[in-house]
Amino acid sequence: MTPRILFAVTTRVLTQLRRDRRTAAMLLVLPCVLITLLWWMFQDLPGDLFGRFGPALLAMFPFIVMFLVTSVTTLRERSSGTLERLLAMPMDKLDFLGGYAVAFGLVAAVQAALAVALSVGLLGLNVAGPVWLLGLVAVADAVLGTALGLLVSAFARTEFQAVQFMPLFVIPQILLCGLFVPRDQMPDVLHAISNVLPLSYATDAMQTLVSSTATSDVWRDLGVVAAFGLAALALGAATLRRRTP
Amino acid sequence: MVNNLVEVRDLVVDRGGRRVLHGLGLTIEQGSVTGLLGPSGCGKSTLMRALVGVQQLVSGSVSIDGLEAGSKPLRSRIGYSTQAASVYDDLTVRENLIFFARVLGAPGDAVDEAITTVDLASHADQVVGRLSGGQRSRSNLAVALLNRPDLLVLDEPTVGLDPVLRRDLWALFHRLADAGAAVFVSSHVMDEADRCDRLLLMREGRIIADDTPQRIREKTRTDDIESAFLALVDEDAGDEGSAA
Repeated sequence: MTPRILFAVTTRVLTQLRRDRRTAAMLLVLPCVLITLLWWMFQDLPGDLFGRFGPALLAMFPFIVMFLVTSVTTLRERSSGTLERLLAMPMDKLDFLGGYAVAFGLVAAVQAALAVALSVGLLGLNVAGPVWLLGLVAVADAVLGTALGLLVSAFARTEFQAVQFMPLFVIPQILLCGLFVPRDQMPDVLHAISNVLPLSYATDAMQTLVSSTATSDVWRDLGVVAAFGLAALALGAATLRRRTP
Repeated sequence: MVNNLVEVRDLVVDRGGRRVLHGLGLTIEQGSVTGLLGPSGCGKSTLMRALVGVQQLVSGSVSIDGLEAGSKPLRSRIGYSTQAASVYDDLTVRENLIFFARVLGAPGDAVDEAITTVDLASHADQVVGRLSGGQRSRSNLAVALLNRPDLLVLDEPTVGLDPVLRRDLWALFHRLADAGAAVFVSSHVMDEADRCDRLLLMREGRIIADDTPQRIREKTRTDDIESAFLALVDEDAGDEGSAA
């Protein structure tokens, strides 16, 4: 791995994003709009429903958005020949993957900062634990989304197919992450499945942060999310072949 | 003295379940422009992919300066431009080149030099996606020139370009060769043959002639490379007929 090359990739990805105003706006503004919508929807109902659903949403956005953006961008690299060109150059696979992960991790940090500031500052979300840790979980989530996006892009031939992977990889995780039904109240089989899905741990971490000041469980969940992210990056690296048929 | 930078031996490659290269062998010399001519689909791009080390081989070997093609020390010494422009459409010409220069670890002035060489100075700050086809392929070529490579592998770099620019680019290839590089250029346009020091004619995954353009014409007793190509194909068919 060469830091010079890794950061060249990061800088390039961020420049491309800056040029693409619409995507940049989607990445930064859309989560805030949706969180506000959620808050508004629960406005007239009794109980702190925003406090129950909000944290899960904070965990979900970075994951979904980065999954989509990464799977499409990497697929574009594969089909436009730029990936082949880079692999014919002194570029290590980890430089490429790491460069993407750092770039989208940075975007996720900004995204999380905006969404958390809005939720806590304006919409009255009560966070018992440290707010910065909420941001850190969001970044880990984004890196996980990036890593999974890189991985699935290897199995898609077109951007259309890449987008289709979302229902397959993302929606089951949303259903089973504990947002709709607490995970320990699910049928045993589904509970067991939810135990091996990374988004469950991200949601757990967010919910713990909101409800308690103890952070040891949060760090454990964060560790699990990070481990999933690294595993997906490693698998993604295995799908990047310098020599192709 | 002739120095072979590239040696290809018994190269066999399959793509998409079909044999594309059938035990191909060739050498490429330093200090000269070698042309690879053949119809579209004859395996030129596959051969070029094998030279830069991104092609899976069935058997055979490709060595460059004694090293296996694609090995790490070689990757910063080769300039490769693919047939379809492999540049980022949403970046400017300059941004593209700056990125690739960083990856290659090319010196700071390499970017401006490459832009000037391909005559894109007036479009350097335009987004590649909005350039014409010829301008895009020139920005693609510029990437291959960044690291002043020992071996240039250029897949149809002059397709669709203005004749004046085409002449200038061929002059550039010769300047690079004179400076010591091995320049390997493919084309499916036979009239570019005479611009090469040496010519490899390729058909259906085999090299059917390997000589200077002049000697190929003399040997086949033809006036131009297109006729020479046809004569060679006919001769080949005749051989097969008599062997059967």
